[in-house]
Amino acid sequence: MARIVVLGGGVAGHTAATFAAKWLGKEHEVVVVTPNSKWNWIPSNIWVGVGQMQKEEVVFELAPVYTKAGITYKQAKAVSLNPEGDDLHDKSFVTIEYTQEGKVGESESVEYDYLINATGPKLNFDATPGLGDGNGKMGNNTVSVCTADHAVHASSELEKCIQKMKDGERQKILVGTGHGTCTCQGAAFEYIFNIEHELKKAGVRDMADIKWISNESFLGDFGMGGLHMKVGGYVVSSKLFAESLFAERNVEWLIEAHTSKVEEGKIEYELLDGTKGEETFDFAMLLPPFSGVGLKAYAKDGTDITDTIFAPNGFMKVDANYNAGAYENWKASDWPKTYQNPIYKNLFAAGIAFAPPHLMSKPMTSPNGTPINPTPPRTGMPSGIIGKAVAHSVCALVTKGEGAHIHEASMAEMGAACVASAGKGLFTGTAAAMTVYPVVPDYEKYPGTGRDTSYTFGEVGLAGHWIKHILHHMFIYKAKLKPGWALIPE
Amino acid sequence: MIKEEENFQKNDAFKLTMIPSAFTRKMRTCVIWQFIRFIALNIKMLVVVSKSH
Repeated sequence: MARIVVLGGGVAGHTAATFAAKWLGKEHEVVVVTPNSKWNWIPSNIWVGVGQMQKEEVVFELAPVYTKAGITYKQAKAVSLNPEGDDLHDKSFVTIEYTQEGKVGESESVEYDYLINATGPKLNFDATPGLGDGNGKMGNNTVSVCTADHAVHASSELEKCIQKMKDGERQKILVGTGHGTCTCQGAAFEYIFNIEHELKKAGVRDMADIKWISNESFLGDFGMGGLHMKVGGYVVSSKLFAESLFAERNVEWLIEAHTSKVEEGKIEYELLDGTKGEETFDFAMLLPPFSGVGLKAYAKDGTDITDTIFAPNGFMKVDANYNAGAYENWKASDWPKTYQNPIYKNLFAAGIAFAPPHLMSKPMTSPNGTPINPTPPRTGMPSGIIGKAVAHSVCALVTKGEGAHIHEASMAEMGAACVASAGKGLFTGTAAAMTVYPVVPDYEKYPGTGRDTSYTFGEVGLAGHWIKHILHHMFIYKAKLKPGWALIPE
Repeated sequence: MIKEEENFQKNDAFKLTMIPSAFTRKMRTCVIWQFIRFIALNIKMLVVVSKSH
């Protein structure tokens, strides 16, 4: 009997664990270690953040689902890995610390035959002074929509802001990235347009100045270096579409910006040209940068080998080319295919937890040496596909032995469908529905834009909103392992 | 001034981008047209999804 331990219960971890349990059956054990008791469909946090959904609609309890799937569930956070074991353990093991009520702080060593690291990111609020509280949590100056609880808080603060506008007090709203190395600009993009939509519905749009602040070098970069779409006989950059949408809704933008400090009602920023400035606000949603969750790793003799397994940003090294060098030398083939650690073959990473070889967007640094560029997104559909591919590989290794075929799911060979809400409403809502193929631009295969423009498109409309709403229900249904769940694609 | 162009004169950066026509804006929430687009978008997305698995 083999034991597969999955660290993390998000999109990648949940997908990997549930498919592994389904494919391996009761002959082998699948263990999920996640500090959260609830699963969260994060894309819908945007709607919670504007009061259009309740928290209960975007989360559900994990324990009953894992019981149904025959998965051993440990509500705990992983602290360290011992891929060679130690004096007391001949096998590889992971040390975990319980977060479950009644067991908080208790430690346990969980041995494994294969480990899938799908811990997702640490929301690194403290990277920007004032964005965090100094203890790793979100500070009091801004709001966030990264978790369902954050979104509930954001909604309540937004409601206060709207009430002030109704009382005749003009408000300044700032949304975007809280650091020069943030990713997930799409989430902030959705939030700013949902706020704008809600203000219109509340009849107070003319009482608000809404501004976007971002580390992108152009609007519509989204951490993917932008994308090109065929429209009206032209192949057009996402920059034009994004700028048009911002202008149409009277949302100003400030790009190439690293938020360097946050205070109550004010941020300080540095621009790519080295100049510095300030921006005031009454309500601000600024995303934190991501880092690895801070797992340590030790060799059999206790030597710290964290640097061997993890990149400096805390994400796990896999089969990527981490020595690609300068931007001019970057290739699509630098991106990992199997997500297997090159040294410890029973270690895999999936979703945000794997260390990307480099950015997708062009790297940029201010004259002061501050990097101001989006880091690569690895969420949503790619996370799910990678989680499933890794589960496939692990199951093959378990059932067929070391010579088994290792499955591949390179982000340079997969596409992604993304639906960015721009306002909720069955007949009044809109969303930007986009697909991109491949996710990582491949300039050798597609010399013009880096992508296949036959499969890369985007349009704004009500249809996109309907699709986003259907995806919300479909993926929660799938995650709850209801009948036919495995037939729903990631 | 044409209503849909109103916001585009509020900022110098706004002037340099595309302005959707009244027809384009109307079609974004026209239920019949959007139902057709819904079918088309789903097919397009399914093609991309199938190429990615």
